[in-house]
Amino acid sequence: MTSSRTLFGPVLDQNPIMAQVLGVCSALAVTRELEPALVMGAAVTCVLAYTNVAVSLMRGVMPRSIRLILEVTLIASAVIVVDEFLKAYAPDTSRVLTVFVGLIITNCIVLGRAEAFAMQRPVLPSLLDAIGNGLGYALVLATVAAWRELFGAGTLLGRPMLPATDAGGWFEPNRLMEKPVSAFLLIGLLIWLLRGLRPRLREEVAGDAPWRDQEARPS
Amino acid sequence: MTHYLGIIFDAMFTGNLALTYLLGMCTFLAVSRRVGTAVGLGLAVIAVQSLTVPLNQLLFERLLTPGALAWAGLPEVDLRFLKLILFIGLIAALVQVLEMILERYVPRLHAALGVYLPLLTVNCAILGASLFMVQRDYSGLESAAFGFGAGAGWALAVVGFAAIRERLVYSDVPAGLRGLGLAFIVAGLMSLAFSGLAGLGG
Repeated sequence: MTSSRTLFGPVLDQNPIMAQVLGVCSALAVTRELEPALVMGAAVTCVLAYTNVAVSLMRGVMPRSIRLILEVTLIASAVIVVDEFLKAYAPDTSRVLTVFVGLIITNCIVLGRAEAFAMQRPVLPSLLDAIGNGLGYALVLATVAAWRELFGAGTLLGRPMLPATDAGGWFEPNRLMEKPVSAFLLIGLLIWLLRGLRPRLREEVAGDAPWRDQEARPS
Repeated sequence: MTHYLGIIFDAMFTGNLALTYLLGMCTFLAVSRRVGTAVGLGLAVIAVQSLTVPLNQLLFERLLTPGALAWAGLPEVDLRFLKLILFIGLIAALVQVLEMILERYVPRLHAALGVYLPLLTVNCAILGASLFMVQRDYSGLESAAFGFGAGAGWALAVVGFAAIRERLVYSDVPAGLRGLGLAFIVAGLMSLAFSGLAGLGG
């Protein structure tokens, strides 16, 4: 696997949220506005990079039986640093993100990549993989958040883009975009779009559906 | 009494962890193909939540809040930043102990829960409930009520979702939307239904 594939593969083709189904919770919950979503993307990328590098450095000396506890402790310390940093330098965003910064610990992207990639690879590819996965995660978050903020409040990053009716403009903000339901729908549609572009990622559910078994067998 | 019932109702319906705060989604989406397994998972979540939230509250109040270590001669120490490590450690330990007890005394339930019990350690609904407990300043009894309500609400959501997905297998949807894409959209519609309960109770 070449370096550029390690770095850019997870951005779209192997996107952690849309293809690997990891780290979905926070992707849904912090996407009401663009700014916290970008901060969250950066925070997850930092934690991922630190954990992947640390796990990759320690992969030779870590006993297999207690590796999960060690990995979770590594992740938790990285998350505490990020959390304290945000509280000090971006208190407003930290307040919007509430518990979701702490929940990076249980974000399955971090543990998933540490287990699946960094445990077997040297440091440099692990770092690239972490950055790639972080970018892929941030990309989905930013797309969903930009859409929700633009149509939910008519703003982007807090700046008015579509003049809202209550400020004398023509745009009626879509309140549905502020509800969690819009995050589910948007990610569902994004997955549809990605699978339309990359048919390889489609799910074979023929085994689950009795009628499809008989009708759709390739002859 | 009504105060505690209110907290339970609030955690189950108006502030449902799965459908309002979108926590525990990885497990929610992965373990909802059959109603049977969803029921088992739901029961495990109720048990773990009802135990971890009050225990975490106790530890947080007795060890980490400013002044909690006064008995050790350290009245001005504020260890609240350590809550993440403490909570995740307690959750991991408790899940482990629960698994051993179930395996020894209720092997049938243990077999039914299978791999989902250990996986609860990394379920963000569990850690999330403890963090909400800190954020909302719940007392001991309040956090016990909140833990039970949060677990029951999550279980309710996952069982309902699994029941819908079992029927969806028979529907004919566009190829790219099959499976995960449709699961997201269905979860979205369920979340819309639950947001209709907002403002009730309190």
